[in-house]
Amino acid sequence: MSHNDEIDCSGMSCPLPVVKSKMKIDTMNPGEVLKIITTDPGSCKDIPAWANRVGHEMIEEAEENGKYYFLVKRGE
Amino acid sequence: MAKKKMAIIAAQGSLDWAYPPFILASTAAAMDMEVKIFFTFYGLPLLKHKIKAKVTPAANPAMPMKMPFGPKAFQAIDWPIPHAVSGVVPGFDSLATSLMKKQFKNKGVATVTELREMCLALGVDLIACQMTMDVFGFEEKDFVEGVSFAGAAAFLDFAAEADIQLMC
Repeated sequence: MSHNDEIDCSGMSCPLPVVKSKMKIDTMNPGEVLKIITTDPGSCKDIPAWANRVGHEMIEEAEENGKYYFLVKRGE
Repeated sequence: MAKKKMAIIAAQGSLDWAYPPFILASTAAAMDMEVKIFFTFYGLPLLKHKIKAKVTPAANPAMPMKMPFGPKAFQAIDWPIPHAVSGVVPGFDSLATSLMKKQFKNKGVATVTELREMCLALGVDLIACQMTMDVFGFEEKDFVEGVSFAGAAAFLDFAAEADIQLMC
């Protein structure tokens, strides 16, 4: 699936992936998709929890070569 | 849906305890919660322009003493430092502080100053306890821009309606 913007949080620990993703998605329009890349294992649960709490839609979660990928669609 | 609210009291001023309030507050703000942190007693210096917080291993028996450099097996060693050393040797706290900062940096953890900046950028209300300021002789100009000033009642008025209340 395609995305409109991307943020690479590789090497960052809690709470940076969530905080940086929030700041990034705030610059986007509702309905647009943000791709988030992380290496922090904690972010596997943190990113979905954040998205769910603030009303963004988790479209995809994947892991590849020690990196985690998330596609989050911005809510209203 | 009404915004969730979180009220935190930050009363400790050591480096290890400086992290939790700022980490939890920035995360909660990123989750669209309204957050206020009440900095009181030894937590108050965390609002000063330059954060000089240190760790004191002698007072924290459970604190792992590990080296943030060298081979993996070396880094895994938890050094058994006798209390007579950690509590008495001059400069030990400064050494432990720089080791902790290096360890955190290696692991991609933001500094306390960076976390504080993020909190302010995300709209977290950092409140300096007016009474503690008077007791310890701090003035408004000693603190970073964006800090607000209040007493216990004003903070509790917010905390009474908060969904999450924590003491750090």
